[in-house]
Amino acid sequence: MTLQEERRPARHVRKKATGLRPGPRSSNAGGAGTLLGPLRQTGKLFALALEVVRAVFRRPFQFREFVEQFWFIASVTILPAALVSIPFGAVIALQVGSLTQQLGAQSFTGGASVLAVIQQASPLIVALLIAGAGGSAICADLGSRKIREELDAMTVMGVSPVQRLVVPRVLATMSVALLLNGMVSVVGTLGGYFFNVILQHGTPGAYLQSFSALAQLPDLYISELKALIFGFIAGIVAAYRGLNPRGGPKGVGDAVNQSVVITFILLFFVNMVMTGIYLQIVPPKGG
Amino acid sequence: MGIEVKVEGLTKSFGKQQIWQDVSLTLPAGEVSVMLGPSGTGKTVFLKSLIGLLKPERGRVMVDGVDMARSPERDVMEARKLFGLMFQDGALFGSMNLFDNIAFPLREHTKKKESEIRRIVMERIEVVGLLGAEGKLPGEISGGMRKRAGLARALVLDPQIILCDEPDSGLDPVRTAFISQLLIDLNTQIDATMLIVTHNLDIAATVPDNMGMLFRRNLVTFGPREVLLTSEEPVVAQFLTASKAGPIGMSEEKDAATLAAEASGGAPAPVRRELVPQLEPSPGLGERKAVARRRERVLGMLDTLPASAQAAIRSAYGRDVLEPTAVLPRGGAL
Repeated sequence: MTLQEERRPARHVRKKATGLRPGPRSSNAGGAGTLLGPLRQTGKLFALALEVVRAVFRRPFQFREFVEQFWFIASVTILPAALVSIPFGAVIALQVGSLTQQLGAQSFTGGASVLAVIQQASPLIVALLIAGAGGSAICADLGSRKIREELDAMTVMGVSPVQRLVVPRVLATMSVALLLNGMVSVVGTLGGYFFNVILQHGTPGAYLQSFSALAQLPDLYISELKALIFGFIAGIVAAYRGLNPRGGPKGVGDAVNQSVVITFILLFFVNMVMTGIYLQIVPPKGG
Repeated sequence: MGIEVKVEGLTKSFGKQQIWQDVSLTLPAGEVSVMLGPSGTGKTVFLKSLIGLLKPERGRVMVDGVDMARSPERDVMEARKLFGLMFQDGALFGSMNLFDNIAFPLREHTKKKESEIRRIVMERIEVVGLLGAEGKLPGEISGGMRKRAGLARALVLDPQIILCDEPDSGLDPVRTAFISQLLIDLNTQIDATMLIVTHNLDIAATVPDNMGMLFRRNLVTFGPREVLLTSEEPVVAQFLTASKAGPIGMSEEKDAATLAAEASGGAPAPVRRELVPQLEPSPGLGERKAVARRRERVLGMLDTLPASAQAAIRSAYGRDVLEPTAVLPRGGAL
């Protein structure tokens, strides 16, 4: 009764805004509302990000929740990440190998493919898996808690759901992303090595040599930094959509769906920006 | 003793739909109040606004110097520890068993030892009659048990203000009578300010010290129970007699045509309930401290009340000066 009534205006707005991805939950359903809806959502997303960052330093830290979430996210992402990274490393090695062969720079295959794996492929694989496997679970969990009023109950008891639930989850996605990125880099590089040396008859020596000639430590740093930031984005977006589902169980399903799509879009965009900045400020080793 | 809750000019809307406007009332410290209203008049929204879950557009909710609608989140968070809110369906954490659910506020807000937590939680579980079910998950118990578990959880931190959202919905009449008694007993034991949101007439007639009613986006009235129970206001009269004739329709409001048809049709005159005495605490608990305070307060404002309410109050208080409320003959007399 009163609850339904609470949702009525939201549904009403939704009808007007079909086709708009993040869907304005705005109270202002006019033309300006449709226009400002996405902006308002973006603002709220940033507000949540800020709130999470602030709450990280607020005691008491939910260590137990963090460990549980860390373990959960790690357990659903490790195996798929490894399985994805082997063929991914191979594809890059094969593609780069065939290209360098035509250019007559076959000896540089190792360096090129390893850099591509470490800087681009690895953080993205990690982020996609974290968002797809971990983020969707986080979003569904928070969303169903929200519609069952568990989060309201928590707030009423003077416990902030952001501090109690969101912070440990975001920290868990970040740290799993960081560690998983290391693993994917290694597995991807090994996969690339295997395919280049065994299948394309590259020489192991040239592979390793070009690697150390072109790659440098900042490449690894940026890779880990990317993974960390991607993990943060995946966690925040999942939490944001989970905390604000529209309507009943169906709304939670939609929210999960949206959280994954929004995260993917953000990830690729942020990746582009970070790569651009990195290439500008860090001088390439070979040059 | 409980804390007074002062609501001033509260207005809330969702989008273009206004829920209620300019609601002003004071929940007197330590007394039991009931907010009545037909379904869909924003009673739950009102409750959530009191505790700061929803932010009204205008007005203030003052609790212990904190404005629950406007103050910084940190202060509101702190003030919420004074509250216990019983949700309509309990709002228990689905992944925890009843014991952990009820222990949750203690574990979050106190540094008590596990043995002490156990003692307090079992005590509350016993109060609400759930002994033996503490190991069950919320999904494994009935709606009534979930409600009572929600009440137990609202009680563990010894709140100064208890808010109950439809304690009767989904309960049979006997369980409703028990929960009414439980609420009165609680008020006797911890002397907290209580607000019960309901549309159950039995609870409305027997539990509260004060009563208010929301209808058509307004607070119809709020004051001592006698005021509402004797009110001639058409909305109140219709609601209290559960009759079809009156301003309340199946959808929120009746249109003019239906009202006119009703006026000419001559529906049977609804039978008004008698004013029954308030529930007494269970034997052995002693007197509710709120009774004496309320008596003083109500007698002080007697002249400002409508004549019928004055008469009802005089007859209640005049009958026996020391014991103003007689023991209620449960059941039939309602």
